[in-house]
Amino acid sequence: MPPAIESMTQRQTLSYRELKEIAREVRIDIIRMLAEAGSGHPGGSLSAVEIVVSLFYQIMRHDPKRPDWPHRDRFVLSKGHACPVLYATLARLGYFPREELMTLRKLGSRLQGHPDPAALPFLEAATGALGQGLSVAIGMALASKLEKNAWHTYCLMGDGETQEGQVWEAAMSAPKFKLDNLTAIIDYNKGQIDGHTWEVMDLEPIADKWRAFNWKVLTIDGHDFQKVIAAFKEARTIKERPTMIIAHTVKGKGVSFMENVIAWHGKAPSKEEAEKAIQELKDQKEEG
Amino acid sequence: MGRRMWDVGRETMKPKASRAAFGEAIEELGAKNTNIVVLDADLRESTKTGAFAKKFPERAFEFGIAEANMIGAGVGLALAGKVPFVCSFACFITGRFDQIKVSLCYSRAAVHVIGTHGGIAVGADGYSQQGLEDLALMRSLPHMLVLQPADEIETKAATQYLTSHKGPSYMRLTRHNLHPVNKDSYRFIPGKGVILSEGKDVTLVASGGTVKPALDAAEALAQAGKSAQVINIHTLKPIDTELLAEAARKTRRLVTIEDHTIYGGLGGAVAEALSETNPVPIKRIGLTDFGESGETDELLEKHGLSSRRIADQVLEFLKRLV
Repeated sequence: MPPAIESMTQRQTLSYRELKEIAREVRIDIIRMLAEAGSGHPGGSLSAVEIVVSLFYQIMRHDPKRPDWPHRDRFVLSKGHACPVLYATLARLGYFPREELMTLRKLGSRLQGHPDPAALPFLEAATGALGQGLSVAIGMALASKLEKNAWHTYCLMGDGETQEGQVWEAAMSAPKFKLDNLTAIIDYNKGQIDGHTWEVMDLEPIADKWRAFNWKVLTIDGHDFQKVIAAFKEARTIKERPTMIIAHTVKGKGVSFMENVIAWHGKAPSKEEAEKAIQELKDQKEEG
Repeated sequence: MGRRMWDVGRETMKPKASRAAFGEAIEELGAKNTNIVVLDADLRESTKTGAFAKKFPERAFEFGIAEANMIGAGVGLALAGKVPFVCSFACFITGRFDQIKVSLCYSRAAVHVIGTHGGIAVGADGYSQQGLEDLALMRSLPHMLVLQPADEIETKAATQYLTSHKGPSYMRLTRHNLHPVNKDSYRFIPGKGVILSEGKDVTLVASGGTVKPALDAAEALAQAGKSAQVINIHTLKPIDTELLAEAARKTRRLVTIEDHTIYGGLGGAVAEALSETNPVPIKRIGLTDFGESGETDELLEKHGLSSRRIADQVLEFLKRLV
């Protein structure tokens, strides 16, 4: 395991190779947590790993020693069911002990099945009822404007949740308020509980929709660290309007038998399946 | 501290809609507390926040006809240290229950949800514009403070209180004018009911727009030989169980009067509070069906909320119990 990385500067000197290594270990943590919990959402947690790791290790200004630092960048996990990826990342960064990951979804745990911000530091808002997080992020961005742009706000959304009407209320309002201090990301893994997004309720042409609502839209491969980080950096340079990063991803990424299989949206692996998945992820370690 | 506009009382004040009192209060408070922000959904004219928006345009956010998004944005502002008031009609804003439940309450965000146009007294616009179930919805939510002030002085004091309240709140206001019921010396204490007149035969429990009609009904009852005391419950949650228990012991009969459904509103709250410790007969006066169009006074009369109809129902209730 790499040594604990504490400061923002140390984090930002990580190589792509080191980031890939962190992502691989976060995926192992996700599988372990879900297997121990016996329920949860592996598909949409695994698809968002590179996005979340990029933000917390490379892009966002935050300090695990001061989770309530007023000028920290904000992160709203609108797709609250993917909280295992956030929990695993926060624990690695030292926000709470890594052993605690194994209490996910258990009675008395701070790691609720969907985020409870009163329970753990740095969970900014309660999410889990889909379609609500972008609005909360807009409020945080408005507050930042009142504080002379003291922080940037990020919101990670699921693709399926853009079927909620509230998302389009939010989509309409962020450009009105010229929120260039807001970056949203859609984890476009194309799967939801009842099937593929194109079968359940097609989202296409998704980029055109956000463009029509006056967002700057960037479309990327959500598993390529170089592309993900470049997009986040570009978003910081956009003026007068918010940025939407549409990240094409693979649901269940990193575990062969979970990739693009809808059934793994909301089902925990058995002990045997978890062992197989972890072995696969261990085999993905790059030598050198 | 200088004399504030709500330091004067019922002897000098004129009838005023609680929404108008709120609008004046938030404008005045906004000058002192620069963290106050006001969010609206195309109803500024009706929620009376226009004066605030004019004076503090950088702290007034217009979201258009999109209450769910407005509520969420209010949460984000609150979590970042601002003091947001999110305003719309009671029916529309509490209709976004899921946003209030998850984004707002579960985040323990100190967002103040303002629902104007509470009750059938809204009048001619009819049922879809009348908040008749809002209190029941808001009472069901963990951590939610639920207020309904009865006149100008109470509305302004409650608004001032909310600017320092650390959790979620809902305040229900009226479209129509409310006659002053509180005295010069009135001090608003959240969670505490107020005995406005003493009596021994029955307790009338009222809230918001029904407090003045309840006081008038008590006078009519006195002429009919019944001594009624009147309690103003401005805080529906947490409700003043102690004061209600004391009233139950003293008068042994209670009547709740609300411009709201009797299911889950003031009547429900009082019945819940007393059923475990001081079970006494409770008559709930209020709505049981959809609202409808009409003039405010004729609607209140038809639906049993005029002082005359209240007094009649109380007498009927007391007669049946003898």
